[in-house]
Amino acid sequence: MRGNPNSHQLIAPGSLSAVLELLAAEPGEWTPIVGGTELMVAHAAGRLASRKLVSLWGIPDLRFITVNPDTVVLGAATTFRDLRHHTAIDTHLPLLAKAAGWVGSIANQSRATLGGNLVNGSPAADSTPTLLVYDAQIEIISVRGTRLVPYAEFHTGYKRNVLAPDELLYAVHLPLRFARHRQYLRKVGTRRAMAISKVALAATAVVEDRTIGEIRLAAASLAAFPTRLYQAESALAGQRVGPLSIQSARTALLAEARPIDDIRSTAEYRMRVAANLLEEFLKELQRAETAA
Amino acid sequence: MSVASHTTRFTVNGRDVAVETAPMKRLLDVLREDLHLTGTKEGCGEGECGSCSVRMNGELVNSCLVPVLQAEGASIQTVEGLAIDGKLHPLQRAFLECGGAQCGMCTPGMLMAAIQLLTIHPHPTMAEIREGLAGNLCRCTGFTRIFESVVAAASGHPHLDEQTGHAR
Repeated sequence: MRGNPNSHQLIAPGSLSAVLELLAAEPGEWTPIVGGTELMVAHAAGRLASRKLVSLWGIPDLRFITVNPDTVVLGAATTFRDLRHHTAIDTHLPLLAKAAGWVGSIANQSRATLGGNLVNGSPAADSTPTLLVYDAQIEIISVRGTRLVPYAEFHTGYKRNVLAPDELLYAVHLPLRFARHRQYLRKVGTRRAMAISKVALAATAVVEDRTIGEIRLAAASLAAFPTRLYQAESALAGQRVGPLSIQSARTALLAEARPIDDIRSTAEYRMRVAANLLEEFLKELQRAETAA
Repeated sequence: MSVASHTTRFTVNGRDVAVETAPMKRLLDVLREDLHLTGTKEGCGEGECGSCSVRMNGELVNSCLVPVLQAEGASIQTVEGLAIDGKLHPLQRAFLECGGAQCGMCTPGMLMAAIQLLTIHPHPTMAEIREGLAGNLCRCTGFTRIFESVVAAASGHPHLDEQTGHAR
């Protein structure tokens, strides 16, 4: 059944401080909405539970890209179009630029925001594996102040996160220390454009003397929320890249992955493809080392 | 519960409008029902098909996903804003000449997405055309003639203004 616009209040206080005061005055009552690429879909289908929505669209304090010497800070209302068209993102955080280009269509990218992608918390969210392997920190704001949380600890369950009812995701901090890392990102969906992931894998790793040093692996759709693959990382750290370590990493990934069956794919398919993507990344590392 | 109406002011194709309606009403419905601009079509109603594409402040958006309150102060361009004094926009002529339109359901959105593309890439590659129109589904043409229409328009009219979408 179609949603009724008369059943939902929507206000636009126009400033970050006014929004925070509203959230503090009536904690848990108001649902923030930015580009509407998720909530307006729910609204159209008549399954938008929130009766009171507060618009963050057009608040400049939430839409910014700040490039510091050792970090990039992205405001929560930064759109994927903003990310795709910023040279610093392309240069320093290439996986994020790539992931931003995966989000829906041009019309979706001009409205969908990084903060919305994270707070919505879909296990398949396109930006998420990248943020995990770039070791992102989430800055959370309320009238009580701000706090930083590692992105790897932001999600606590399916569509659940650490935000208190009066808090807002304010910004994403990305350290600029991955220039010498090998980087990998691949998404598997039903078609190249517009498809939501069946599974996606991101990786950053340092290889010296044919031995893997620091390594981060993360996946979309391998659990109830986007996750680091800590066991597969442990299986690889300190190892030489080769058939043995590839096999043990595959085994570790299959042991820790907890994908679901849903309309887009099956758990078994997601496991097998994720393991294959990991193997593809490791073979890229191996080839690069052989060539070096 | 029924929410109070709210007056939202914006421009459509350069004309000032004020609409009194529920703030959560979709821009698509405001265009069609309140402003009687029925060129913008509804396909899926969930941001997948692109039929309802319009330009908002020079960016392509799905009007089915924009609550009208967020259009406050915005400059909206719809397919009705392409032809001037009955004279078709060069892109519309190209669609006619190349067979880029068949049933017409996707055409307004396809035109707006193509305008957006041409403001950014005046001479787009085929890859850029495919990406620029990837969010607009057509069940008739098989897309080839649409792509050819965009190529034809681009070759004839190199520069479109970023805000207005019209030839400079």
